[in-house]
Amino acid sequence: MKTNGGAALIKSLELEGVDVIFGLPGGAILPVYDPIIDSPIRHILVRHEQGAGHMAEGYAHATGRPGVAMVTSGPAATNIVTPLADAYMDSIPLVVITGQVGTAGIGTDAFQEVDTVGITRSITKHNELVTNAEDIPRVIREAFHIATTGRPGPVLVDIPKDIVDPTNPRSAMEWYWPDSVDLRGYKPITHGDPELVKAAAELISRAQKPVLYVGGGVLKARGSEALVALAELVDIPVVTTLMARGAIPDDHPLCLGMPGMHGNYTAVTAMQQSDLLISLGARFDDRVTGKLDAFAPDAKIIHVDIDPAELGKVRRPDVGIVGDCRLVIVDLIEALRTLGAPENQPDRSAWKSTISGWQEKYPLQYEQSEAGELLKPQYVLEQLRDNTPSDCIVTSGVGQHQMWTSQYWKFNHPYTWINSGGLGTMGFSVPAAIGAKVGRPDRMVWAVDGDGCFQMTAQELVTAAAERIPVKVAILNNAYLGMVRQWQEMFYEERYSEVYLSPDLPDYKMWAEAMGCVGMRVESPEEVLPAIEKANEIDDRPVVIDFRTDAAEKVFPMVPAGKSNSDIVVGPEDK
Amino acid sequence: MKTSTSNTVHHIVSALVENKPGVLARVAGLFARRGFNIYSLAVAPTNDDEFSRITIVVDAESAPLEQIVRQLDKLINVIEIEVLDNMAVERELMLVTVRVSAESRSETLAATADYNGVVLDEGGDLITVSLGGTSAALDAFTERMGDSVVAYQRTGRVALPRI
Repeated sequence: MKTNGGAALIKSLELEGVDVIFGLPGGAILPVYDPIIDSPIRHILVRHEQGAGHMAEGYAHATGRPGVAMVTSGPAATNIVTPLADAYMDSIPLVVITGQVGTAGIGTDAFQEVDTVGITRSITKHNELVTNAEDIPRVIREAFHIATTGRPGPVLVDIPKDIVDPTNPRSAMEWYWPDSVDLRGYKPITHGDPELVKAAAELISRAQKPVLYVGGGVLKARGSEALVALAELVDIPVVTTLMARGAIPDDHPLCLGMPGMHGNYTAVTAMQQSDLLISLGARFDDRVTGKLDAFAPDAKIIHVDIDPAELGKVRRPDVGIVGDCRLVIVDLIEALRTLGAPENQPDRSAWKSTISGWQEKYPLQYEQSEAGELLKPQYVLEQLRDNTPSDCIVTSGVGQHQMWTSQYWKFNHPYTWINSGGLGTMGFSVPAAIGAKVGRPDRMVWAVDGDGCFQMTAQELVTAAAERIPVKVAILNNAYLGMVRQWQEMFYEERYSEVYLSPDLPDYKMWAEAMGCVGMRVESPEEVLPAIEKANEIDDRPVVIDFRTDAAEKVFPMVPAGKSNSDIVVGPEDK
Repeated sequence: MKTSTSNTVHHIVSALVENKPGVLARVAGLFARRGFNIYSLAVAPTNDDEFSRITIVVDAESAPLEQIVRQLDKLINVIEIEVLDNMAVERELMLVTVRVSAESRSETLAATADYNGVVLDEGGDLITVSLGGTSAALDAFTERMGDSVVAYQRTGRVALPRI
C-alpha cells in the first residue's frame, strides 16, 4: 500500500495502541497534524510544550502505558527537554515525537532548527533522527519497545518535515509494520540469576534486623502484590521511597512509610540500624542515604534492579541481582520457601519491638493553629486525605507541599501517588494531574501544589477546562518558595533571599476562574472541609482551591544535607 | 600531574557499535556526563561495515571500570563490550617531526630504525618519521629524541583480544 511518512507515523502510533497524544502543532510537525483529524487517537492541545511532556508522564504513571507527546521543532523541542529529563530520572515510559526542519535544511541554522537529538542525548533512554520515510514504522515500533521494556524511560523520535509532507516526494513510502523488534545492542535481563536469588534468600534467612528498601522499580514492574507476599512471608518491615509510596499499603502493619531526608524517624532509623537492606528497584539516592559513608553502616546489601549499572553505582551490594523486580521477588519467595520459610526465619521480636517503640515515640506531628491564625498545611492535607476516596490519585510539585503530601497521605493503593522525584521539577503537579485524569477518568485526581510551583505551569488548567478534564488543585499557598525559605531559615541564619512571592499576587481564585475553573479561597480551618466537599462534587470542570497556609511551618523530620541519617532532626525543638 | 601512559593506570575498553551517525557522540557524551576520563580514543569501521569498533583507553582512577562498562552497555547502539586488559595485542601509530643537525641526523635515523620506524618526509633541518608500536615504545622514542621533537601526533591505542 502506498502511503506517506506522516500518515505512516499516525498509523504506527495507532498500532502501538496509543489512545491519546498530548501536543501542540507548529511549522515542522504540521504535516503530521493533518492525518490526526482522521485518526481515532485523541489529541489534547496543551498551552505549553512542557505541559505536554508532564501530562504524558502523569498518564504513564497512572496507567502503566507509555505516555505520548508530540511537538514541533526548535523552541518546542527545547520546551519539552525538562519533561524528558524528569522521565529519564524517574524511569517513566514516554515516546516524544518532535518535528524537525527538512533534511536539506539540517545544519543550516534554519528557522526553528535546533539539534534536538544532541540536546536530548543525555536525558533520553534513546533518541533518533529519522531521515527516510520508510524508517518511520520501524523506528516507532523500536521507540515503544525501548521505552516500555527493561528500565523504562523516555525515547525521542525527531522527524524532519520533508519525510512526512505528502507534497514532497521524499515522504512517499510503501506501508509495512514490522512483526518484531530486533535490536542487537538491547537485550534487557528480566530473570534473576537463580544462584544469586538463592544467596539472597540465605542472607534474608540469617538476618536479625532486616528492612525491605523498596523503590519505584517495584511499581514499574507491577510488583506490589508480590512485594506484599514477600514481606508477609518473612515478616520483614518495608520502607517505601518517594517513588514507591503505595507499593505496599501505608495501612499495612509492616509498612514503615518513607525514608530519606524528610522521611519519618522510624523508616530512617530502621534502615540506619539494620543488618540487611533488601533493596528492590531503588537506587540509593542521596536523598535517601544522607551522608553516604555513614549510611546503614552495619547493613549487608541485597540489591535487585533491572538496570545493571545501578548495582554498585553508589553502594556495593553483597548480593546484586539484575532482573525485573516482580519476577525476582516471585523467585525469591520460592527460594525462601525452599529454605523453609516462614518457619526458618530467626526470632526478630526484639527488632520488631524496637521499631514499634520508635513509631510510638516519634510519630509525625505538627501543632494545630489557633483560631485566627493561618492554616497548617498538614491539617489541609489530613482533611483532603480523609475526605477523598482511598483510590484517589494525588500529584504534587516539588518542595514542602510535596514532602508533606508524601508524609501525611495514606497511600493504600499503588499508582495513586505521582510526583517528580529525581529531577525535582517544580510545576509538575498540574499537568501531571491532567495526564493522570485523562488516563484514569474513573478516578478522582487531586493536584497538591505550592504557590511557587503553581505559577510555573498553571496555564495548563486552560487545557483542562477546554478539554473537560475535571482535575482538582489544592494550592498550599504560603506566599513563599517554602523549601528554599526553610533552608534559609535553618542554614542561612534566617537571611531570606528572593523567596517571598505574596499570597494574593496573583489572585489565585480570579486566575482560576479566568482559566475556566471554579476558584475558591480558604483561610480558616472550619472552611477547609466544606471547600473540599464542594470541589469533590464538581465534575464538569477543574477546581482550584487557594489554601492560605502558615509560611513559618517547616518540614520535619529532616536530615540536614551532608549529614548522616543518624543526625535526623525530629522537629523544630530538636536541635 | 600524570600525563604519561606509563604513570597512570589505564584500561582498554573495546566497544563494537553500530556504524550510524551520532554513535561516537553518544559514547563520548556518556563519558563526559559521568565524569569518566578518556585517555585516548580510536574509531574506525570493522571488516563488517555495519559496525565500527571504538577502542577507548580510560583512566581507571576516574571511575570503577565496572561502572564504565555497565553505563556504556546501556547505549542501544553499543553491541558488545570487551575489557582487554592484559589479554590484548595493542598498537599505536605516531608521526613525529624531529629537528636534526648535521651531528644528530644519524642518531635520529638510528633511533628510527631501532623502533622500526620509517622516514616519511624531510626537508631543511626537519625529519618526519612514522612509528607503530606499543604506547610504551612510542613514549620511549620521544623521550630519546628529547628536545629535538618539534611536533607529534598519536592515534591512540587500537587493540584486539589475544588469540
